Amino acid sequence: MDGVHDMGGMDGFGKVEPEPDEPVFHSAWEARVMAMNRAMGAGGAWNIDMSRFAREMLPPHVYLSSSYYKKWQLGMENNLVERGFVGADELVAGRALHPAKPLKRGKFTLESVARVMTRGSFAREPLGPARFKPGDRVRAKNIHPKTHTRLPRYVRGHVGLVERIQGCHVFPDTVAHEQGENPQWLYTVVFEGRELWGDDGDPTLKVSIEAFEPYLDPA
Amino acid sequence: MQLRVRALETILTEKGYVDPAALDAIIEAYETKIGPHNGARVVAKAWSDPAFKQELLADGSKAVARLGHVSRVGDHLVAVENTPRLHNMIVCTLCSCYPWEVLGLPPVWYKAAPYRARAVKDPRGVLGDFGVTLPAETEIRVWDSTAETRFIVLPMRPAGTDGWSEEKLAALVTRDSMIGTGLPKDPAEVA
Repeated sequence: MDGVHDMGGMDGFGKVEPEPDEPVFHSAWEARVMAMNRAMGAGGAWNIDMSRFAREMLPPHVYLSSSYYKKWQLGMENNLVERGFVGADELVAGRALHPAKPLKRGKFTLESVARVMTRGSFAREPLGPARFKPGDRVRAKNIHPKTHTRLPRYVRGHVGLVERIQGCHVFPDTVAHEQGENPQWLYTVVFEGRELWGDDGDPTLKVSIEAFEPYLDPA
Repeated sequence: MQLRVRALETILTEKGYVDPAALDAIIEAYETKIGPHNGARVVAKAWSDPAFKQELLADGSKAVARLGHVSRVGDHLVAVENTPRLHNMIVCTLCSCYPWEVLGLPPVWYKAAPYRARAVKDPRGVLGDFGVTLPAETEIRVWDSTAETRFIVLPMRPAGTDGWSEEKLAALVTRDSMIGTGLPKDPAEVA
């Protein structure tokens, strides 16, 4: 979706503000939000792209004015309610009121922790040969799905070069909407800065994205 | 927020979805075990061992896994090398993708709008916010982490560190130098 989360190239947000000696968490609740989100994901309540899409669906003013972990909390609440794991009335009450809907992979216990500390693999067996090879010129499609996509707006319609083939991976655009893993070839595609930003762009700049094959046309 | 988050944890616990002790264990790992010191070990090893460096650049996941790393890395770690002519920077314009296994959880600025918006368009301006100035002719390559591949920058080994141990070299490697928004420390700082 063309949301405010798709920030590449936007102006007006000001300077980057590095924080010296930044703590891992700024409050205890941030850590709980992070852990709950990982735990429920590991239990099978959602996958990483469903979790991202829930944050992308937050109203723009909420997205822009909320801290990172507040966005995680809000997205997680919405996901829990939409998927039937928690009732909206339970969120209001602050306690359980209904029987639990079983989690696909069961309760998240101490024994489950090791599993989330290892990053999962997104590589899958290809359904067919790769359409592109390194060195090929490709154009990012001008698409504007209202659903989840990982093709950022700032490259759409622009021509780049395939630099690497990264294997065949789970396709976020379908897996976010329970339409299957639908594995797709994934490429590193490099764009000249001036192709993206025009003649005023930095001539020394190149930007790459990780592009799934359905995002690309030959150019 | 604290009350709201506590309420949710109460609900998830009462419904039998999560054991709070398991949440504690996840948090403890990110607070104590998984952080940029892991990435610094990888970089220091690459600076000291040319065969490891080649392996790292060819297949980041395999090379790092072989180090017996504290947190096991996923399948899709890619190391990108800075040279006198090329400077690499990592961003996630769409959310906050970051190589957790080697750098820990990302800093607030990495996940915030100013960095995500500007890194792909004005990386020299962003570097300026970090107090870093590169030669005008240096090529800048920004890697937008739009899929599940994760990137770590292999910064250039500082001059004047001949004969240094891996441990001493690792002390030069800052988190930001592995994101590409900083450079390694001056050897004089740790000598």
